[in-house]
Amino acid sequence: MVAGVTGFSLLNLIPTMTNANPRLRPPGALDEKEYLASCIKCGQCVQVCPVEAIELADIFDGQGQGAAYIDARAQACDFSCDGLQCVLACPTGALTHEINYPHETRMGYARLELPDQCLAMQGAGFNGITRGVEYGGKLRFDKIDRWNPLPLNEQYFDLELCDLCVRLCPIEIRADQCDAGTPPSNDINQCPPNRAIELMLETTPEGRAQYRPTILEGCVGCGVCEMVCPTTAPSIVIDQRATWEQITGGQA
Amino acid sequence: MKIGRYCVNIMLGQSPVKTLPEKISPEAQELHERKKESGELDKFKIREAHQIYRDNHKKKWKRRRWTTLVLINLLFVFSYALDIQVLEGALTASRFLGFHMADLNSALQVVLAFKVVVINLLIGTVTVLIIWLLLGGRAFCSWVCPYHLISEFAEMIHLKLIEKKIIKNHIFNRKARLYLYIIFALLALVTGYTVFETISPTGILSRALIYGPTVALLWVLFLLTVEIFYSRRAWCRYACPIGLTYGFVGIFSPLKINYNVDACHHEGDCRKVCLVPHVLEWTIKGRAPKINVELGPDCTRCGMCVDVCPTDSLSYHFKGLSKKK
Repeated sequence: MVAGVTGFSLLNLIPTMTNANPRLRPPGALDEKEYLASCIKCGQCVQVCPVEAIELADIFDGQGQGAAYIDARAQACDFSCDGLQCVLACPTGALTHEINYPHETRMGYARLELPDQCLAMQGAGFNGITRGVEYGGKLRFDKIDRWNPLPLNEQYFDLELCDLCVRLCPIEIRADQCDAGTPPSNDINQCPPNRAIELMLETTPEGRAQYRPTILEGCVGCGVCEMVCPTTAPSIVIDQRATWEQITGGQA
Repeated sequence: MKIGRYCVNIMLGQSPVKTLPEKISPEAQELHERKKESGELDKFKIREAHQIYRDNHKKKWKRRRWTTLVLINLLFVFSYALDIQVLEGALTASRFLGFHMADLNSALQVVLAFKVVVINLLIGTVTVLIIWLLLGGRAFCSWVCPYHLISEFAEMIHLKLIEKKIIKNHIFNRKARLYLYIIFALLALVTGYTVFETISPTGILSRALIYGPTVALLWVLFLLTVEIFYSRRAWCRYACPIGLTYGFVGIFSPLKINYNVDACHHEGDCRKVCLVPHVLEWTIKGRAPKINVELGPDCTRCGMCVDVCPTDSLSYHFKGLSKKK
């Protein structure tokens, strides 16, 4: 019996230790190994998240039953709590208490995965409800409601050039507010030091203009761009735990 | 060997031994002798009385315990589902009205794996430690753990099947729990990962209740199947390290079940209902070392023996507060 119980517990350990199924972690997560060691699987982060972005792993997910993760395409972290509630809720420091503001988190780094599919790259606009009416995700739209996140399927967009990944990026929104002299809650500490994403005008070899979503130093990997991207498979995705330094070699 | 030390060894898996007469107090010895002489006189009457009591006794403590267990777990569920925010988190770690609480075994696993003690976790752990020091260690098992409750239902089915001679109970060596305790502690230390948490039915059930059903419940279902058809209360008896962690706390708890040998008929009804009958070895005729003796730390303070005892020989006792009879 001792062997049986131990053996079963180890079955789950192997995929966990080999990181067979990497997942986006909540803001402030320690390095993967330390994170998995310290997460006590209580779900307090799940409970405080206003957009319910955080989920708990199941037994065959290969990361330990109950470890918290975010499926950005289903529901990204949009920092609508402002104060990193999940970090404050974490009893074990698996989400480090050393960060206080959204722009200080490093969950990952965005990457344009399917440039051919991207509407902006085609110079195309977007008209309608992104992700369709069935989609259950929420985001905060400051200008409509400062405190309560709203269902994405209630928002109608009419854009000549699709820029949803830039327009809805929480870091970009904060940076815009700060540039306008109205930082969130009048707290200048909320102001990101760097921009996160922009559409960069390029000319194709054929001489056509295209707008390339370009990820900048300020990207924290929250996954909102992946969540709101209207293409069937998201054109832009998050690489878990990737950093600006890693991707660009530290060159802006 | 001191009685306390002996009881700890029993918890760790040692088999109870017949108490040697020189360790029995003179008063208890005299009582044992007197009982031996009065002998078999009313055996039949006593048996009949016990049968009647068994069929009709009020399950006062069971009712209180089940109510408490259900309410605590519902408080977790409603704190999230209805957002009443009284007890947020799950059984592994939570906040009660904002105060940190951490399950002692989960906290231990995290500390062994992480090798860092975070202040919030320390506060939560010490709070919970004090609570269960006062309330009797393994009382956590029978009064809070959701697995304990469904395991009790499985046990009822198991006993029915035994009664109908459809199945037989299989007993394992109780030392298995100690070995598993050491294995899981070492695994956490070596792998840097809280291995036990993945298969803890307590954690799995608590999270499933609060955050919705998971595939992991199949493991719980498997354990229950084993308990119904193969071995009575196997997980709690032979495996669960949480029980042993709280058992260690229970050593120092002032809240224990007291056994008074005086009026006891030694019919053993208490041992038949008990999850950990080895703590009730004192109730076997001639074995009580003193007139009043407390049950060992493996006792979950569930009160089933208190309920079933027709002579009130078993009772809750809080050292310094309640008087022994």
